[in-house]
Amino acid sequence: MTGPQPVVSQQVKAESKPQVSLLRHTSSGELADKTFGYAMLACAIGILGLLALIVYELVLRSQLSWHAFGWSFFVGRDWNPVEEQFGALPFIYGTIVSSLLSLILAVPLAVGVAVFTTEMCPKWLRGPLSFFTELLAAIPSVIYGLWAIFVLVPLLREYVEPFLGKTLGWTGLFEGAPYGIGMLAAGVILAIMIVPIISSISREVLSVVPQHQREAVLALGATRWEMIRVGVLRNARAGIVGGVILGLGRALGETMAVTMVIGNRPEIAKSLFAPGYTMASVIANEFSEATGDTYLSALVEIGLALFLVTIVVNALARLMVWTVTRGQPARGHA
Amino acid sequence: MPESTKSAIAPGMLQISLYRRLTDKLMTFVAVSTVVIVLVPLVAIFSYLVIKGIGSINWAFLTQTPKPVGEPGGGMANAIGGSVLVLGIASLLGVPVGIGAGIYLSEYGRNRFGDFVRFTSDVLNGVPSIVIGIVAYSIVVLRQRHFSALAGGFALAIMMIPTIARTTEEMLLLVPNAIREAAYGLGVPRWRTTLSITLRTATSGVITGVMLAFARVAGETAPLLFTAFGNQYWNWNTNEPTAALPLQIFTYAISPFEEWHRQAWAGALVLIVLIVGAVSAVRIAVRHGTLAGAN
Repeated sequence: MTGPQPVVSQQVKAESKPQVSLLRHTSSGELADKTFGYAMLACAIGILGLLALIVYELVLRSQLSWHAFGWSFFVGRDWNPVEEQFGALPFIYGTIVSSLLSLILAVPLAVGVAVFTTEMCPKWLRGPLSFFTELLAAIPSVIYGLWAIFVLVPLLREYVEPFLGKTLGWTGLFEGAPYGIGMLAAGVILAIMIVPIISSISREVLSVVPQHQREAVLALGATRWEMIRVGVLRNARAGIVGGVILGLGRALGETMAVTMVIGNRPEIAKSLFAPGYTMASVIANEFSEATGDTYLSALVEIGLALFLVTIVVNALARLMVWTVTRGQPARGHA
Repeated sequence: MPESTKSAIAPGMLQISLYRRLTDKLMTFVAVSTVVIVLVPLVAIFSYLVIKGIGSINWAFLTQTPKPVGEPGGGMANAIGGSVLVLGIASLLGVPVGIGAGIYLSEYGRNRFGDFVRFTSDVLNGVPSIVIGIVAYSIVVLRQRHFSALAGGFALAIMMIPTIARTTEEMLLLVPNAIREAAYGLGVPRWRTTLSITLRTATSGVITGVMLAFARVAGETAPLLFTAFGNQYWNWNTNEPTAALPLQIFTYAISPFEEWHRQAWAGALVLIVLIVGAVSAVRIAVRHGTLAGAN
């Protein structure tokens, strides 16, 4: 019995081609099929082409700066367009500090929200809560920035920063005049922006932890929190870390909201009250006004560095989320 | 034997110590308070947008071009028009390629090469928008020697393509194979099956994907800074610099003028209404759409 009706669809696809050409007798059908297939392939290759194009253009346009400064570009602290002296360290520092600050603020909150929505939330609340989160992801960053300028910054200047200065000023992280605008404001607005991303990924990861894991822990007499800690969070650890790294990727490349509140001064200061600058912001502010080829090339080189870092960060994150949602979530030694 | 086991476990199970019960209550409290802490700024953003936006929006805002600095009145009509122009170009360039790549991935790409394309489009999705702006600048603006709506549209198209490709693929994969097989059985060629049967069945899902990509790029500012550049006047020429709503909001927000701040809020409200309106319209359409039947 060879099976006149193949169950597996792949076989049908493979066999349908000769049948079709038999029925049609003309070669035009086959030609159309081929043309269509190649056209779709061209679109797919277009995606590869786009990435190649991005890499090519960035490398090409940053050559000038690369040859002029080499590796010292990334450790130089001096950014002086007038004397054509370019060092990107203040921007790298600003990007790293603002992103880390936002992670410190956002991660506990985002994981808390995810745990609440998957494990504790009454059913009727689940829909509205996730709808609201989705809505937040749709707000453009320029609107976050607008809100930050007129609401968040005054709030930080009048209340939060004086308080932090008084209580934690001795650490050196919170000293100096409270301008409102500065590294702290950038970190806070970034945190608000990445909470929805981290919490939605964490929620996805928590919801694929098998139900019997929870039941098993509960059957041992655990309280709900112990069940969450032992049965859920421990199993979902890698996926949550993946979500956090994805949030980091977003924070590193975020431009508008940060540019609007960070103060845009290329200095490295210990205090979080001080203004700073990030890699994305310096491109946004200076690119269209950059005079001179070296200046432009230096900005493109910052873009190239930003591009490479975000690609590595994103690839890492996808890999970690993937291992949890598609691999075997339940591990014996957990 | 079972009796003794039962009695050995029972005390430990029934008497959960005070410490453990308190920890449980405390952690529940912590989780609830994280939700509250997260919701406060979000509710604040929305209410500020609505209150400040409605207070500053008026007919002149929607119909006039900006007045010179210092003069009251004027509006963002040219920026709204500019956004339509740039987004139109982006959709024309991005949507066909995105859908085509999605069709390839779902109908032809169940192999290593397909996986490679899938990974590449995920990577493209994560590229910071400001970097896309640099690339559009060096490909279009440097060749044309001036800023243009075309360059802005090109930048946004690059951002739309990977999103559309992935959602189109997902939606096409939802179409049952039996439907494709039925078409093949009738002697319909493969290209016709894909376009008239598979794609048709998944239409509402594919449109949702397109709209989500559209909504995402509609608010993008960074890639337009040095491509579309901005313009104080009306412009419908694709080769001229053009205003765009997000750009105008940015310029007005960082300006020192009270009047411009007011208009920035109004612009933000218009922008968010456009985006949320587009997304929820699609949601409703999909709920009553053909895809629900196809599943």
